[in-house]
Amino acid sequence: MVPLVKGGTGNELPERPARFELNSEREIPMKTALYASAAVIALAAFGTPAAFAQSRDTIQVAGSSTVLPFASIVAEEFGAVFPEFKTPVVGSGGTGGGLKQFCEGVGENTIDIANASRQIKDSELEACTAAGVTDVREIQFGYDGIVFASAASGPDFALTPVQVFKAIAAKVPVDGAMVDNPYTKWSEIDASLPDQAIALAIPGSNHGTREVFEEKVTNAGCEEAGLPEMTEEELEAACTTFRQDVVVEIAGDYTETLARLTSNTDTVGVFGLSFYEQNTDTLKVATVNGVVPSAEAVAAGEYPVSRPLFFYVKGQHIGVIPGIEEYVQFFLSEQMSGAGGTLEAAGLIPQPAEKTAEVLAAFSAGAM
Amino acid sequence: MTDMLSTGQQASIDRTRLIRAGLRKRHLSENIFKGLGLAAIILALGFVALLFVDIVRKGVPAFTQSNLHLAITYDPAILKIDPPPVRAAGQSDADFQAANLKWQRDLAMLNWNKVIEASLRAAAPAGLEIDAKALLSIAETDARHVVREMFVANPSLLGQTVEVELLASANAVNWIRGNIDRSLGDAQQQLSASARTLIDEFVANGTITNGFAWSIFTNVDSRSAPASAGLLGAFVGTLWMMLIVIVLAVPIGVASAIYLEEFAPKSRITDFIEVNINNLAAVPSIVFGLLGAAAFINYMHLPISAPIVGGLVLTLMTLPTIIIATRGALLGVSPALRQAALGMGASKTQMVFHHVLPVTFPSILTATILGVAHALGETAPLLLIGMKAFVAAVPATPLDQATALPVQIYLWQGNENRNFFEPRTAAAIMVLLLVMICLNGVAIYLRSRLEKRA
Repeated sequence: MVPLVKGGTGNELPERPARFELNSEREIPMKTALYASAAVIALAAFGTPAAFAQSRDTIQVAGSSTVLPFASIVAEEFGAVFPEFKTPVVGSGGTGGGLKQFCEGVGENTIDIANASRQIKDSELEACTAAGVTDVREIQFGYDGIVFASAASGPDFALTPVQVFKAIAAKVPVDGAMVDNPYTKWSEIDASLPDQAIALAIPGSNHGTREVFEEKVTNAGCEEAGLPEMTEEELEAACTTFRQDVVVEIAGDYTETLARLTSNTDTVGVFGLSFYEQNTDTLKVATVNGVVPSAEAVAAGEYPVSRPLFFYVKGQHIGVIPGIEEYVQFFLSEQMSGAGGTLEAAGLIPQPAEKTAEVLAAFSAGAM
Repeated sequence: MTDMLSTGQQASIDRTRLIRAGLRKRHLSENIFKGLGLAAIILALGFVALLFVDIVRKGVPAFTQSNLHLAITYDPAILKIDPPPVRAAGQSDADFQAANLKWQRDLAMLNWNKVIEASLRAAAPAGLEIDAKALLSIAETDARHVVREMFVANPSLLGQTVEVELLASANAVNWIRGNIDRSLGDAQQQLSASARTLIDEFVANGTITNGFAWSIFTNVDSRSAPASAGLLGAFVGTLWMMLIVIVLAVPIGVASAIYLEEFAPKSRITDFIEVNINNLAAVPSIVFGLLGAAAFINYMHLPISAPIVGGLVLTLMTLPTIIIATRGALLGVSPALRQAALGMGASKTQMVFHHVLPVTFPSILTATILGVAHALGETAPLLLIGMKAFVAAVPATPLDQATALPVQIYLWQGNENRNFFEPRTAAAIMVLLLVMICLNGVAIYLRSRLEKRA
């Protein structure tokens, strides 16, 4: 276009350069923008992994949704009390999910601590070892109870494991033979129970709660129910196969279970004790074997459906990610998980001080 | 003849009648169609209105907070602490820092609740029987940190009494607002009877007042002190992600659209690419989340829960939208403009950048803003890259751990203190919707302005 301007007549000259100036003005921001974005793309593609080569300085926690509220409170307080460390980041994902992430390997993009509402399984420990996570330290910090709760407006429930098993199992023994579960109302199982349709909301298999529920309630009830003679495998299947028509498995958190109760007021749901205590205005708790669930009853070992809570620390990250040791000590301190501590107010059932001392000693001693 | 005429007339009358009947039928069907359309619009608007009214009704109360005005006495009998370290001559920087940190940690280990409890008891009317636990249940648990931090900032407060504005606890708020039915019995209430009486007393005598809840905008999320939980951390996290999306998706998207539309030869390969871009736009967002977790976290070793990963995932998601919109806009440019530019001797690049692209700016801009607004509300992919973790800090860089606004809504929705967090969740939704409406408003404004100029 330039030669054209030169070849133009004199009349056009005053106008043309003006238009060219306009064009070149437009060109400059366009080019700058292009260069800038090219630089940014390059930075994003190559810069970031390099930038991450510096050490992570925030403790990363993931795992059980039951432990999550406790761990979050400790993380927050930890950030406030230790000005030199950053506030740890606490994720969820369930006990299984957390331990899976935990066992992915050693390094800064793997988590440092896995929260668990049950003990680590041998298979999980093997996965850990296979991935190079050889120093796994177990911390037990207290107890939690699982309760059966129903709508506050409904009747009272006094349950036993056997009754729950008969309500939930796909096949139940009647006159010495296994038949498809015939019960539609609680009162048909036992006359002492309310005349209410059976509907149960139980934790899904991704929850640590589910295993405690099976171990302490359905398996215990299964044994008591007096099943006819069968092989071990058949027995296990009979104990753990639940009917699908009246049982809902909840994969989400307790809020979802609660929503299920609101939509069908006949539902009996399984909740954590601390969740129930926060929502006594809408929930009514059932007794199990005649014991009213409470922190005292769990701590005394009277309430059957309770479990210890854990978190697992990756020993190889101690000294690499700052603050892990302090976090563990702070978590187990009197003012956090001890009797009368902050976590007790949030629903944790404290363990005896001797147990805590034992756990701390084992933690300092090294790998389990 | 008359017969003929009458037959002719008869025929015309018949025809008119036929036409009238047909017309009536056509009008009827048109009216039915119009009516159905109107009904559909009323129904849709009705649902939207229902949603908005429900959210606003639930959310508005959460924008007020209950402030607790207390006279805090820094009683030396309770706070047994050495004076803060003074820098000795010749002491190294690191030593002084270490001594200072130790002093702060010792301070944090003190029982600050005793201080709060004493001031609450002093504020309570004489003769009210109330135990320490019930007293402390009125103030939010972060009160002790607020009081302690004031002391750290000004250690000369020891022995003095200062007026402090603290937050009332979430359960106190539930009681004041009636979030839990006030007529329920003791067993179903979260607070003890004595605490409830004292709260009512405090509200009556002005110790507890209502104020605008700035904490929603200035605080980060909190689980130990629910009343102080805010959106700041999530908001900044979202901001970082949107920045990354804009900086990456716009140039890459526009450039690839220009290449495909203006330069690429029409071949099987470009056809294949085109089909795939259209397909990508329809891929559910959760798939991008899985991809992000595999590619960015497991393979590229970017940090978990960081806005950089979230931003990259959302960029991938927004790219097809921007490419398709830009290509559409380029296609819409009149061929006359191109031919005129080429005819004047402009090169292809000049033609595109000087003549075609400026005309398409309004459409590209609108598509970008709408794409970003879409990415802003996206939650599913973020859950898969660890962004639903509890983060109690404001991310200073895109590499720090963070959550995002929609994820914060998800997290609050699942909080166990439902009575308190239900309104707060609705409030967070209102904030998110406001940001979206603003973005869409900007898009509409810019479009109309730029279109007028063009």
